[in-house]
Amino acid sequence: MTRTNYSRRGVLKTGGLTATGLAMPTIFTASSASAFTNEPTGSSVKFGFNVPQTGPYAEEGLDELRAQELAVEHLNGIGDGGMLNTFSSKALDGTGILGKQVEFVTGDTQTKSDVARASAQSMIQKDGCIMINGGSSSGVAIAVQGLCQEAGVIFMAGLTHSNDTTGKDRKRNGFRHFFNGYMSGAALGPVLQGAYGTERRAYHLTADYTWGWTQQESIQAVTEAMGWETVQNVLTPVGAGDFSSYIAPVLNSGADVLILNHYGGDMVNSLTQAVQFGLKDKEVNGKNFEIIVPLYSELMAAGAGSNIQGVYGSMNWNWQLPDAGTAAFVRSFGEKYGFPPSGAAHTCYVQTLLYADAVTRAGSFNPCAVVEALEGFEFDGMGNGPVLYRAEDHQCFKDVLVMKGTENPTNQYDTLEIVEVTPRAQVEYAEDHPMFAGGDLGECNPGA
Amino acid sequence: MDDIILQILNGLDKGSAYALIALGLTLIFGTLGVVNFAHGALFMVGAFCAVTVQRLLGLSHTIIDESQKDFLGNPLKIEVPYVEGWFGPEMGQALISWSVPLAILFAIPVMIILGFVMERGLIKHFYKRPHADQILVTFGLAIVIGEIIKANFGANPIPTPAPAAFSGSLDFGVWLGFAENAIIYPYWRLVYFLFSMVIIAGVFAFLQFTTFGMVVRAGMADRETVGLLGIDIDKRFTLMFGLAAAVAGVAGVMYTPILSPNYNMGMDFLVLSFVVVVVGGMGSLPGAVLAGFLLGILQSFASMNEVKSLLPGIDQIIIYLVAIFILLTRPRGLMGRKGVMEE
Repeated sequence: MTRTNYSRRGVLKTGGLTATGLAMPTIFTASSASAFTNEPTGSSVKFGFNVPQTGPYAEEGLDELRAQELAVEHLNGIGDGGMLNTFSSKALDGTGILGKQVEFVTGDTQTKSDVARASAQSMIQKDGCIMINGGSSSGVAIAVQGLCQEAGVIFMAGLTHSNDTTGKDRKRNGFRHFFNGYMSGAALGPVLQGAYGTERRAYHLTADYTWGWTQQESIQAVTEAMGWETVQNVLTPVGAGDFSSYIAPVLNSGADVLILNHYGGDMVNSLTQAVQFGLKDKEVNGKNFEIIVPLYSELMAAGAGSNIQGVYGSMNWNWQLPDAGTAAFVRSFGEKYGFPPSGAAHTCYVQTLLYADAVTRAGSFNPCAVVEALEGFEFDGMGNGPVLYRAEDHQCFKDVLVMKGTENPTNQYDTLEIVEVTPRAQVEYAEDHPMFAGGDLGECNPGA
Repeated sequence: MDDIILQILNGLDKGSAYALIALGLTLIFGTLGVVNFAHGALFMVGAFCAVTVQRLLGLSHTIIDESQKDFLGNPLKIEVPYVEGWFGPEMGQALISWSVPLAILFAIPVMIILGFVMERGLIKHFYKRPHADQILVTFGLAIVIGEIIKANFGANPIPTPAPAAFSGSLDFGVWLGFAENAIIYPYWRLVYFLFSMVIIAGVFAFLQFTTFGMVVRAGMADRETVGLLGIDIDKRFTLMFGLAAAVAGVAGVMYTPILSPNYNMGMDFLVLSFVVVVVGGMGSLPGAVLAGFLLGILQSFASMNEVKSLLPGIDQIIIYLVAIFILLTRPRGLMGRKGVMEE
């Protein structure tokens, strides 16, 4: 007689373990089906709008948020469609992206790199965002760009003007629509030469962080090339408030031009205080003393009031441009909010649409497919004429505006006038230009 | 030499603001024993009183100008201030131009009421709590006030110019025999310095030469004994809180042409003003004023290119270095009283 050692319980146990073992590959397969970070699986996809809602650049950040919300409406088929009607690519049709409705979450960077990184990280890990858009201040943009590269999501940089963002700190997962310090210099140089001649002595006050350093370097290179002498460059802390200690020595230095490499609230304060010290009314070296603000925004101009009158600067875009894309965006934004959009708003609006367009053209939310769709992408109908997203450094190239504070404003929006639309060819540079050297895009990271 | 005089002048207006805020902080600490971290917010609220008056005077009615277009291509709406209609264009513009000095009349009652509400509504509940609790609650209050201002006025600095009569600058150097443009000083900063002198003198005179002030000083020295004499010292101290709030408020009003107000400006001044109070000596009014001017001038000197080239970044830390030095050599501050915060 033979006894078997099989019991009913033993069979069930063994069967259960075997079934689990056989199912293991399927479990892992299902897990690895998520081929990239935060792959959208439901009927919606989520964007993260990470902008300064407090701090020195807060007003710019709030305007960016308005524009991003408008862009989401247009992507989801709400409203008049704005620039979707003028964009040369016709991939988007107002039904969301690849059949998914667009949702968004917002974060406050406070214009601080560490806070911005924490906010972006929460958007990626907790909220499941597929893309991060925004980042006023180059310090913030560079920090968040690095994070997005590590996390495997796309970063569309917002208001970042430092050469480093697409220079030494460029990343494969990051793109920048905004122009940069080099482009400001290249556009402003000939206009300044025409207005103030070739024999000038310039004194720079410069915000002490990556944006200020690279802008100052760019402007100094251009002005010295046309014969100007740089008397001094003084680094000032961000958010100093009272710049009088830095402004007071300017007149005594022999300089006849003050270049304010400041932005946002800092620029409003330093310009106001420079005017209070009477610099604009003085005559030095037999010439009228002049002030230059290389990077302008409408919000800064409003904050500086009449002090801005006659002061030259440059901009990425302005609502007064006559093209159809600009008109469509200004109409949408103006009717929704009651005032014209700022350049920061335009940048973030356009970037949201461009990301959505790239996904649609690629047919996938995979960041590497999006990178491929955006690299070398040429388009029109979004303001500034024909635009190129250069593949080698992910910098956007388009026409740049030279602006001047309106001498006799006729209404509250009449703060800046367009002096010149500098053609794209004049502001282009080689990807290995010394001011942008040392960077490497690296490999695209899909995450997961 | 001209550089040194220039930086002394620059330090005076900054020092004036520090001194006025520190004076209010010391008044509150000396009377109520409260470390008020919301005092910077009171300075900021004062600044926004100036913005409010500017906006009230600028209240307008709209006329449609068919000959001009707005940014959407519609006929342009032009805002015409009511005061121009009531008093004529020239007088109306003059009133708007003088909105900052006029705002003092508005700010004094507003700040006294705000101070009274703050003290009675919140801070009095923390008199017997540790200083850490007082700091936390007043700091929280400062954040709340800042957010309320931001929600109503936005985050951007708001230009609040000085009256046209005070625009431009004084060539101080020519008076002293230096070359033209060697030492220039904006007229409004001179006004601010003189204004702060008047306020400081007024507060000292009030405390020194009035019966009310005498009782308050006695209460600061020995609260219990004054209470035993049948005097309601708490009521007087509440009024002193209102007075301190008004001093911070008018300091903020007059500072707006120097620094366009934004919701965060109070925080910038608060930390520095606390250092000023500590350096001057907790509870010492003359110490607060002396330290305010001293640190304002030292901060200006530290911003000189010659100094910064020798010691990079010194302009950011000079005040704290001085505070460390003073606390090491004179732990009670420059003019601190014995027994204050030493329990």
